[in-house]
Amino acid sequence: MNVLHFVNAFFSDGAHWHGYDGIPTRLAEHIRYCLIALAVAAAIGLPVGLVTGHYGRGGNALAFLATAARALPSFGLLVLMTIMVGFGLLPVMVPLVVLAVPPILVTTYESMRSVDPSPVDAARGMGMQESRILLQVELPVALPLILSGLRSGAIQIVSTATIAAYVGIGGLGRYIIDGLYQRDYEKVVGGASLVAALALATLVLFWAAGRFTVSRGVRRGA
Amino acid sequence: MIRIDSVTKRYPDGTVAVDRLSLDIPDRSITVLVGPSGCGKTTTLRMINRMVEPSEGAILLDGADIRKQPVNTLRRSMGYVIQNAGLFQHRTIIDNIATVPRLLGWSKQKSRARAAELMERVGLDTALAKRYPYQLSGGQQQRVGVARALAADPPVLLMDEPFSAVDPVVRKGLQDELLRIQAELGKTIVFVTHDIDEAVKLGTMVAVLRTGGRLAQYAPPAELLSEPADAFVEDFLGTDRGIRRLSFFGSGALELRTEPIVAVDSTAEQIAARAAGDVPYLLVTGLDGRPLGWSAPEDLTAGAVDPGRLLSCGRPFAHGEESLRAALDCAVLSPTGWAVAVDGTGRAVGVVSQQTIGEAIRGAHAEGRAEAKAAR
Amino acid sequence: MNRFFDLPSDLQHDWLGLIGLHLREALLPVLAGLVLSLPIAQLCVRFRWLYAPVLGVTTILYAIPSLAVFVVLIDYTGQTELTVMIPLAVYSLVVLVPAIVDGVRSVPQETLAAATAMGLGPLRRYFQVQLPIALPAIIAGLRVAAVSSISLVSVGMLIGNQGALGNLLNDANIYHRPELAWNSVLTTAGLAILVDAALVLLRLVLTPWMPRGTGRRGSRAAAEVRPEPAASAAEEAAR
Repeated sequence: MNVLHFVNAFFSDGAHWHGYDGIPTRLAEHIRYCLIALAVAAAIGLPVGLVTGHYGRGGNALAFLATAARALPSFGLLVLMTIMVGFGLLPVMVPLVVLAVPPILVTTYESMRSVDPSPVDAARGMGMQESRILLQVELPVALPLILSGLRSGAIQIVSTATIAAYVGIGGLGRYIIDGLYQRDYEKVVGGASLVAALALATLVLFWAAGRFTVSRGVRRGA
Repeated sequence: MIRIDSVTKRYPDGTVAVDRLSLDIPDRSITVLVGPSGCGKTTTLRMINRMVEPSEGAILLDGADIRKQPVNTLRRSMGYVIQNAGLFQHRTIIDNIATVPRLLGWSKQKSRARAAELMERVGLDTALAKRYPYQLSGGQQQRVGVARALAADPPVLLMDEPFSAVDPVVRKGLQDELLRIQAELGKTIVFVTHDIDEAVKLGTMVAVLRTGGRLAQYAPPAELLSEPADAFVEDFLGTDRGIRRLSFFGSGALELRTEPIVAVDSTAEQIAARAAGDVPYLLVTGLDGRPLGWSAPEDLTAGAVDPGRLLSCGRPFAHGEESLRAALDCAVLSPTGWAVAVDGTGRAVGVVSQQTIGEAIRGAHAEGRAEAKAAR
Repeated sequence: MNRFFDLPSDLQHDWLGLIGLHLREALLPVLAGLVLSLPIAQLCVRFRWLYAPVLGVTTILYAIPSLAVFVVLIDYTGQTELTVMIPLAVYSLVVLVPAIVDGVRSVPQETLAAATAMGLGPLRRYFQVQLPIALPAIIAGLRVAAVSSISLVSVGMLIGNQGALGNLLNDANIYHRPELAWNSVLTTAGLAILVDAALVLLRLVLTPWMPRGTGRRGSRAAAEVRPEPAASAAEEAAR
């Protein structure tokens, strides 16, 4: 009854490695849903956070929006969406995006607010346009925090995208749901460890992205 | 010339930062805005590059209203230096300095060449070019700030308390450097500070502002020290303005005495001859002519002078180069009451008594008053 | 509107009863998480090297889907509330530990030095200086933990109707009554917002010394002392 025993049994079973229900297929599905959801959430959260943070306005409205979005239960939203629009990709994407927007939005806003005001003042005094100040002066300094917000959103999506299986479109959640109904712990633990591994890979990916995109002058010794 | 023409800045909450201020800022000189906090000096500076827009009045640059040209064109034609330098921490030193040339569309290569040239001009080792701001000391960062402001060779330089965040020793170095650069480049500099000593040291003209943004006095520093317009200015200048004013009088006119100087290898006859005058002490100089110290004539034994037993002559003043203030300081600190004058190479060229310096000060003050009267 | 609150009898609770159940299932784990995370955080503050591995392990734990944990736990704790609450407690640890660590670390060194100089022992210093100053950060962490916990309880529906308000979702499917799903989602969201507001209120009451208002960059000093440093820290650490 050891968890590691289940993990070992799951991954050494050759049947889990190919075909329609194989690990590569499920993993690819899962990653695809995660990337779409993260892209949509970033497309909403980043620009709004950057602009409001730059002008320092709307922080309260933003905090309220973020709280409201966080308050919406992902699973409830999924069930509600399937009742409203039926099965498919959309009912999965809505809760995932709602889940990931608050951390991205709030962290981006906070990161822009925490940028030292004096270089911004200097840049303005030198005659830099506002858009350039945002992109070339504030963004590079805010980047580490922004990446951490994206990372939080990404990890939450990776974990929660398992709900896709509930509406029949696969992903790693398939193993967990099937395992639940078939009382097959091997599948449940195997699926869960795949999700955890994907989360770990996401962490590593963001760490690498930080190394490549954050200037040495901002990173300092850290 | 920058003309500030009865400018008022009133904020929506009713506070008045600048109140009907008029000021003519002459070209190719340093004009200092000085005053206590809340006197509107920074607001005034920031109105010149339109970081703040005046509520009333106008600012003219060479006769044209600054609102006539696009705001970013105006700002790119004025260097801007702020308190903590405001460097871009994600860019290397050389790229920080190249910011405005790049904004103006210069090529990367040309911008960097220009930036390297400026690093040398402000006294920065070009080996620092690839470093990031956090790797530099506060003083070095401020030099980068000045270089960045000068990069596109703007005719005007706006400096907002640029040196107030560094320690006094570094600050003095930066001030001297600014004066040297200004002597080479001849920019129109508007300089904001709360430090009256800095204002007096750097300013060709000094505008003293009082709380509420009103002009208290606008004058050259020497005049400010000799004739403060009112009690506020007098109070702001502090207690020893008489002494400080001596900085503006040269020491070249001081009559030096040369007979009390003896070389360390003098013979007994030479010492006796030198001691015959009315000066109670003799200044002993080394073989290279530099002053070693004072001694009473009877304590000097020819051929056996022990430099360790001489009275210290302190820090001598450079005759003709340094001011009467330096000469007086030297005399006051001297155990004999006599100041030692040296030439540019450090060789003793004479000694002068407190009394002689006092006479020179009285003469200089009389002359200053006459000049001020003639100017009016 | 009547049908909205007319709940099927298989739920064994009326609407208010479900709310009570939901709050208990969501908030007890957060409380347990808080009690556990205080000593863990203190250890991380004391031994700096511990913080990175603790953060890594908790982040991975957070990434494991709640449903998977439920299923594995059923063998030990059965289809009960406890099965739902255990993973929720673990998740709140992940939010709370970094929030508390950052909060306690944000106490200025000179403040601590002053406390020591006045003769406060380590225990008094912790309870009378460090903890109160870290309080805004801790409450910011509690807000994120409580809201996410309230949201996650619903998943308990999948393991034999242990999801309180989430159980309405199941009935909405079984009885084809979409209004029950609306009821579930809206009530859960409403609860989360109310609990969040209550925690904000608690902070205002407990920290009268904090600057009020929202003018964050009103003065330059305000920009340096960010009112809620942990908001983003908690956000950052959350999963």
